[in-house]
Amino acid sequence: MSTEKNELKGVTGWIDKRLPVFTFINHNLRDYPTPKNLSYFWNFGSLAGVTLVIMIVTGILLAMQYTANADLAFDSVERIMRDVNNGWLLRYIHMNGASMFFIVVYIHIFRGLYYGSFKAPREILWILGVLILLLMMATAFMGYVLPWGQMSFWGATVITNLFSAFPVIGDYIVTFLWGGFSVDNPTLTRFFVLHYLMPFLIVGVVALHIVALHQFGSNNPLGIDVKSEGDTIPFHPYYTVKDYFGLGVFLIIFFGLVFFAPNFLGHPDNYIPADPLVTPAHIVPEWYFLPFYAILRAVPDKLMGVILMFAAVMVLFVLPWLDTHKTRSAQFRPYYKQFFWLFFIDCLILGWVGSMPAEGIYVLISRIATGYYFLFFLVILPILSRYENTRTIPTSIAASVLSDKFVNEKTSTENI
Amino acid sequence: MKLLIKICLIVFLSSFFKINVSAGEKSELIKQNWPFDGFFGRFDQSSIQRGFQVYREVCAGCHGIKYIAYRDLANVGFTPDEIKSIASEYEIMDGPNDEGEMFDRLAKPSDKFVGPYLNDKEARVANNGAYPPDLSLITKARAGGADYLYNLLNGYKDPPENLEISDGMYFNTIYPGNQIAMPMPIVDEIVEYEDETPATQDQIIRDVTSFLVWTAEPELEERKVLGIRVLIFLIIITLMLLAVKRKVWKDVE
Repeated sequence: MSTEKNELKGVTGWIDKRLPVFTFINHNLRDYPTPKNLSYFWNFGSLAGVTLVIMIVTGILLAMQYTANADLAFDSVERIMRDVNNGWLLRYIHMNGASMFFIVVYIHIFRGLYYGSFKAPREILWILGVLILLLMMATAFMGYVLPWGQMSFWGATVITNLFSAFPVIGDYIVTFLWGGFSVDNPTLTRFFVLHYLMPFLIVGVVALHIVALHQFGSNNPLGIDVKSEGDTIPFHPYYTVKDYFGLGVFLIIFFGLVFFAPNFLGHPDNYIPADPLVTPAHIVPEWYFLPFYAILRAVPDKLMGVILMFAAVMVLFVLPWLDTHKTRSAQFRPYYKQFFWLFFIDCLILGWVGSMPAEGIYVLISRIATGYYFLFFLVILPILSRYENTRTIPTSIAASVLSDKFVNEKTSTENI
Repeated sequence: MKLLIKICLIVFLSSFFKINVSAGEKSELIKQNWPFDGFFGRFDQSSIQRGFQVYREVCAGCHGIKYIAYRDLANVGFTPDEIKSIASEYEIMDGPNDEGEMFDRLAKPSDKFVGPYLNDKEARVANNGAYPPDLSLITKARAGGADYLYNLLNGYKDPPENLEISDGMYFNTIYPGNQIAMPMPIVDEIVEYEDETPATQDQIIRDVTSFLVWTAEPELEERKVLGIRVLIFLIIITLMLLAVKRKVWKDVE
């Protein structure tokens, strides 16, 4: 755009001619044309990226002190907490960082769902995002096992045991995952290795995610395509400064948790060393897995429960072909909007029943909520795609911004 | 609409807090005001020192604190000489020496606290099959933390008439299942404080709880001091970024 290659002079120009890093940065972080009407919900992509970096940096530093051995792991974590300089800070950042990562990514996903960011031409962008979610889940699950506390051990036992539900090969898979006939030292060492490896795979997929994003640029709250230069502003300084501000707010919440309630989201049982002979009263996963855990337990049949739980994530992969409605943004789809919010509440309910014992009324609630979860994707979305009429869509982002202002002024005087 | 989104965001952010609180809560716990609670929480060193005395004279018979070294006591106001003399009251097995023999020696400040039993099996045999857990992490390892411990130690009551208490078990209102293998450890005057603090049951329990919160979270004070600084820094820089953002965006229609 405005900055051309030939503007670069001197050493920078010499390097750029041979390796166009500066052109690349200019193109993707500076001039990169971005819709000017993005709301703060568009901050969560960059927040997720920052959190990933924080997790990798703290994780590498922790790995220098951690010992992946069933007899030593718990003690080595306590050594980090007590004897390593600022070890407690590193560990609490890493621990709470996992929770913050999921909060950010879940908001990012709901935003994509609400504004139809998964629709053409961004299907592959969306699919790569779901892949990142899957990798994150695997990474988080294995990371939770590493301190080798009671919840680590029993969480690992319950989740790996799920694979035994598959006929014929089930038991073989479980033995293969464990590296033996129960969760033990070989399980811990392989989980550690994979927990260290997978974040770098995530980095790779994130890079592809960004390449796919920059192919067509960001979606926007109106869900309409960018039509002219009047619709966009350069990424820098507008969105860099907005992202920085969002990052500031995010870090206040994040570090508020780290410094003043570091164990709030964790389970107290994980400060008891793993004991294969003592089962905790309630085995619950970390909060970010609770909706999926609820789906698992909603089904009386083990195999069906496992299949549904995996399907709950897998269904996201095919979302672009379930919701084929031409209009992206829920703002212009009155029915979709309502079903979306119902779905959002449904996910919260699933998370809540996931933390409750699987008995009595909770079982019924989890079944209804699971039913709606799949109904939303498999029935409601295809039907709405066909029959839903949309509200009048603005012709362009620039036109909408101006008329919006007019409408807002009008309604605000009406309210008075 | 924007308001609705904001409300939903708040609900989303706060919902999992509620989920976790309700999952871990013991409704019957009576909450206490601890000096280490809150944003500006600090340890009460004299209380922790008294609590250490209680630990040594009452708890240490059955419970270890294996993650604490004698020298760590310096952080709660013990002098190096006091620490040396405390450590030298314990014997520790070391070796092998140059002759290849294991030998016993007095503990040094750099050693971890010597526990009452050689191993878990010995601990169980000595306690009627029940295992007295290591107390280093106890307040972090129980839902309710310090409040749980305080209520548990205060929770020994006469059992209701229709309840049959098993052999070697004691009735406790707080302990899950109401039957605990630990006999009521703390009563009035079970220790005699050197600083003339009245040794009531409640006072002793508060002191030993404070001590065990310190063993579980020795970094607590440092964490909260640093936390306040970090938050002040972040709030200032975020407000500045907001101002810059507004300035940069001023002309965007």
